[in-house]
Amino acid sequence: MAENGTRASAATGTGGDIMFIAAVLVVGAIWSLFTAARAGDPLMGAHAMMFLAATALGAFALVSHLSSGFKSDQSSYEFGVVKAGVFASVFWGIAGFLVGVIIAGQLAFPNLLYFPELPWTSFGRLRPLHTSAVIFAFGGNVLIATSFYVVQRTCRARLWGGLTPWFVFWGYNLFIVIAATGYLMGITQSKEYAEPEWYADLWLTIVWVAYLLVFLGTLMKRKEPHIYVANWFYLAFIVTIAMLHIVNNLAVPVSLTSSKSYSLFAGVQDALTQWWYGHNAVGFFLTAGFLAIMYYFIPKQADRPVYSYRLSIVHFWSLIFIYIWAGPHHLHYTALPEWAQTLGMTFSIMLWMPSWGGMINGLMTLSGAWDKLRTDPVLRMMVVSVAFYGMSTFEGPLMSIRAVNSLSHYTDWTIGHVHSGALGWVGYISFGALYCLVPWLWKRKELYSRVLVEWHFWISTIGILLYITSMWVSGIMQGLMWRAYNEFGFLEFSFVETVEAMHPYYIIRMLGGLLFLIGAFIMAYNLWRTARGDVRESEYARDAGLVAAPAE
Amino acid sequence: MYETLSSFAQTGGLLLFVLAFVLVLIYALNPRNQKNFDKAKQIPLNDEDEPDVR
Repeated sequence: MAENGTRASAATGTGGDIMFIAAVLVVGAIWSLFTAARAGDPLMGAHAMMFLAATALGAFALVSHLSSGFKSDQSSYEFGVVKAGVFASVFWGIAGFLVGVIIAGQLAFPNLLYFPELPWTSFGRLRPLHTSAVIFAFGGNVLIATSFYVVQRTCRARLWGGLTPWFVFWGYNLFIVIAATGYLMGITQSKEYAEPEWYADLWLTIVWVAYLLVFLGTLMKRKEPHIYVANWFYLAFIVTIAMLHIVNNLAVPVSLTSSKSYSLFAGVQDALTQWWYGHNAVGFFLTAGFLAIMYYFIPKQADRPVYSYRLSIVHFWSLIFIYIWAGPHHLHYTALPEWAQTLGMTFSIMLWMPSWGGMINGLMTLSGAWDKLRTDPVLRMMVVSVAFYGMSTFEGPLMSIRAVNSLSHYTDWTIGHVHSGALGWVGYISFGALYCLVPWLWKRKELYSRVLVEWHFWISTIGILLYITSMWVSGIMQGLMWRAYNEFGFLEFSFVETVEAMHPYYIIRMLGGLLFLIGAFIMAYNLWRTARGDVRESEYARDAGLVAAPAE
Repeated sequence: MYETLSSFAQTGGLLLFVLAFVLVLIYALNPRNQKNFDKAKQIPLNDEDEPDVR
């Protein structure tokens, strides 16, 4: 833990970090100039111009930062980048939920919301925009922001790497913009959750390695001898996503100036690699990363240590050992060898144990303090999130059983399952973390309004329930209709009859999504007023009269 | 060649992972570590508003 010369200079923002960012900007500018001039297709030209603009903005920001004579203070935490991450999370969250409501509307009313003269509004382009916006833009910014906060506080050390955390933040959000505009223009390599093309993937690799270095560097210079369990989960998330991203995106571009590439894998190998990636994006991005949030923010908000530290260690390692094998359950009844399907199914079932162990650990942290659920809506949001985690990790292994999968696969049941995890678990634990972070970061005693958190909680919860119940009914009905035969052995229903039968459920689903979006707007308003330093006096005056000690 | 390599990777990998996991269990369940774990779980609650710059 002794600081050597290079690390000290990098940390004060006068050495390696400036050189690194300057080098990235110069190489990026040269690459994008060259590509813009000789673009093989107009889409590549547009993206090269965007990259060029981003490098120009980055150079401007770097020069103005250096000329301001700013010296970073090692005796304070780097919270500026965390604040930026909170802004980005809320912005992308609302954008992603909004696109979700729009495409839910397109499914419910395909004629009304179809504009053939505007191809970028078609479902096929908006759907990856929605999934990437909520998972990578919203979820990713929440994870980067909270990981930078938690690793500093639990290591009692300022973030390593001077300006590098800012490079990670802006670089990651540039990747999001490139990905999102690419989908709208029609760029895709058609791998689910990995749609961005080769040049965006390379850029994300650079950003992600910088992220790993910042995280590891901070762990290295920690003043706390023990690495708290939340950091283990963050580290597993960062390392595994790097591995998954690189392997699944191995591809050969048509030319260095073309936006099109072809995967290194073909056929069933390609499918297996894709779902090894896809399922572990769920396991390590949407689970491990957000479990890190659970292990820091729930104890902190409840003001009680985690239920069992021992269990958290067993939880971590069993999750890590088991999750990585579960991917083949996405490929039941395909060309994938049956033993591989069975392997994926078996490991998915085994995941019940670590998942529920983790859920129990999160919930039991409140043991002896359950009354806080009544008075603290932020804590309630996070605890309900853990309950959703338990529910969707029970449902997931069930659906991975081959016989169940034969009914559920390719139906809306899958969509409902994904959203009970995404809206309930990932969404609520993120909202809880944001509600905690804003008063902490802007040094406010309380949120602007706890009543608005109540409104957010109940409106969104009704939204989630409408969403998942309508998708259960719609999905199971769809699966049963597909497999119904008449007495002559013919299919009972045509495909379009199943679509027609699902229409009412699609409307309910859209309403559920709309409620969830309204909740997010309420949160954005509340967080904005909190950051400004406003407090709804009336509310807290009344509470102070009712409870002796505010539950914080 | 393939047979040898794959059986080494598969059986060897299985044994390695099971052994590693057993070591994790021994570490986690060893009563002698209880004191350290009790201290570790207080880390988020004991933090201060400034980094430790000793």
